[in-house]
Amino acid sequence: MTSGKTLALTLLGAKGRWRMWEFALWLVAIAATFLLPSQLLILTEVAILALFAVSLDLILGYAGIVSLGHTAFFGLGAYAAGILARDYVTEPVTGLVFAGLVSGLFGLATSFLVLRGSDLTRLMTTFGVAMLLAELGNQMAWLTGGADGLSGISMSPILGLFEFDLWGRNGYIYCLAVLIVLTFIARRIVNSPFGLSLMAIKRNPRRAAMLGISPKRRIVVIYAISAAYAGMAGALLTQTTSFVSPDVLAFHRSADVLLVLVIGGAGYLYGGIFGAIIFTLLRDWLSVATPQYWMFWIGLILVAIVMIGRERLTGWPALLARSLRGKSEPAGKETP
Amino acid sequence: MIALETRHLIKRFGGFTATHDVSLSIRKGARHALIGPNGAGKTTLINLFTGVFAPTSGQILLDGEDITALPVHARVARGLSRTFQINQLFGDFTPLDSMMLAIGERKGHGSRFWRSLAADRDVADEAAATLERFRLADVMSEETRLLPYGKQRLLEIALAIASEPKVLLLDEPAAGVPEEEREEVLSIVRALPENVTVVLIEHDMDLVFSFADRISVLAAGALFAEGTVQEIARDPQVKAIYLGEDA
Repeated sequence: MTSGKTLALTLLGAKGRWRMWEFALWLVAIAATFLLPSQLLILTEVAILALFAVSLDLILGYAGIVSLGHTAFFGLGAYAAGILARDYVTEPVTGLVFAGLVSGLFGLATSFLVLRGSDLTRLMTTFGVAMLLAELGNQMAWLTGGADGLSGISMSPILGLFEFDLWGRNGYIYCLAVLIVLTFIARRIVNSPFGLSLMAIKRNPRRAAMLGISPKRRIVVIYAISAAYAGMAGALLTQTTSFVSPDVLAFHRSADVLLVLVIGGAGYLYGGIFGAIIFTLLRDWLSVATPQYWMFWIGLILVAIVMIGRERLTGWPALLARSLRGKSEPAGKETP
Repeated sequence: MIALETRHLIKRFGGFTATHDVSLSIRKGARHALIGPNGAGKTTLINLFTGVFAPTSGQILLDGEDITALPVHARVARGLSRTFQINQLFGDFTPLDSMMLAIGERKGHGSRFWRSLAADRDVADEAAATLERFRLADVMSEETRLLPYGKQRLLEIALAIASEPKVLLLDEPAAGVPEEEREEVLSIVRALPENVTVVLIEHDMDLVFSFADRISVLAAGALFAEGTVQEIARDPQVKAIYLGEDA
């Protein structure tokens, strides 16, 4: 009996433990500040996209909610941070929290749309919400700048200490710090009893309910958290570029972030980060190598990933997931 | 004392009446079997009990409380649990994960998002003890879908027990279990705590007669006969519609 308890605690303790490769990843990301000073702008882009993808992973990889309009929250956060900075407060961290709150509340308010229904209805409702916001942003030119975008933003130093510099050094450090902190928080969330219940709902909602889980409340909470994350990613984009383009609400961003997650693998949190690195490098490289056809290659790679199966194409995300979640498999496979 | 009761329960699907005016009382602590030929409406009745379907009319009472309008999870919280005829498990979870989930939910820890699973010491201890009791301790770290079917069956029952039900509905607990693992499953079923009311839905007459103290017979959605094991075994009409050539 005692040995069973000890074993159980050991197994559970192993679940949330930090792995070597996680440390390595963050160390490399930090070292890049010094090693790749000329690439900091694109690295900033990667960090923002990674945060956006982590946000999608929280609902897609853990709760099984597909979204084709996740950029609604990203764009809303971008505008919220932009308007706050233009008209009221120029300190970035304040703007970041504000954008997270605005998007999180909007996620809370629209979460009822994803509570029920099939994947198709969820795709359509999320897509619809994003379209709705895009049109609102376009029409409310007095607030958002309309089709010209929101300009006239000038950020003050981060926490009053660190100025955004021309080379994007502080901008990158800022985005990376936000990504690390929010990934750490997400990690705690998915390794908690709440996270376990989400995974159960994703795999078998019938059985989950039969264990006394009320799926609705759990989904509402994670949807709002995910929306807040996306909003903060949007805020980072606004703050590092001092501009909000109406493009932040465009459909292709929702599609891109889904693509990023498919490339990196959903359901183990780091898929969004690896996916963002690969996606950005690939896009950069392809757009230089074949400027007119890079979309073609991206499309081909996407088809290959889905058809061949990510596990077979690249064994590593599955291996990483295995080591991250203890002995269990990565999420994404439904039980019959 | 009555643990589970239905009053004039009716369920229609379009023009088809799957449950026809079923009034049933199940005593506290009973070992009550629900039998009937295929299509008699046993599964529909289970789904009405647990809240998967809403009845067309009629009432369901658990411990005297009307639960007819409650959703599935609220009935579980009040002490009504079930196993499934075909395993409904989380295939890539380990038995330990599954037990942590089930026990954590019963204790209301499921919305804790800032705590690691290992920090839930009392839940972990109980999970380990339950796994031990259900002979799953040595496979607690394996993926559920890779376990022998009998072990999966045991987990199915362990999960239902983890919610500490007052009434446990067992839907063909030994179905699909290979002969050599069968006795292990049945011994667990026989050893269920006496204060838990067990409703057994079963085809296997040997199991029914050895396990149950009362039997209800369903036919064409209606309650056809009810009585002690001896009464049902003697009832010529039951023999005619149900036992058929077996009798």
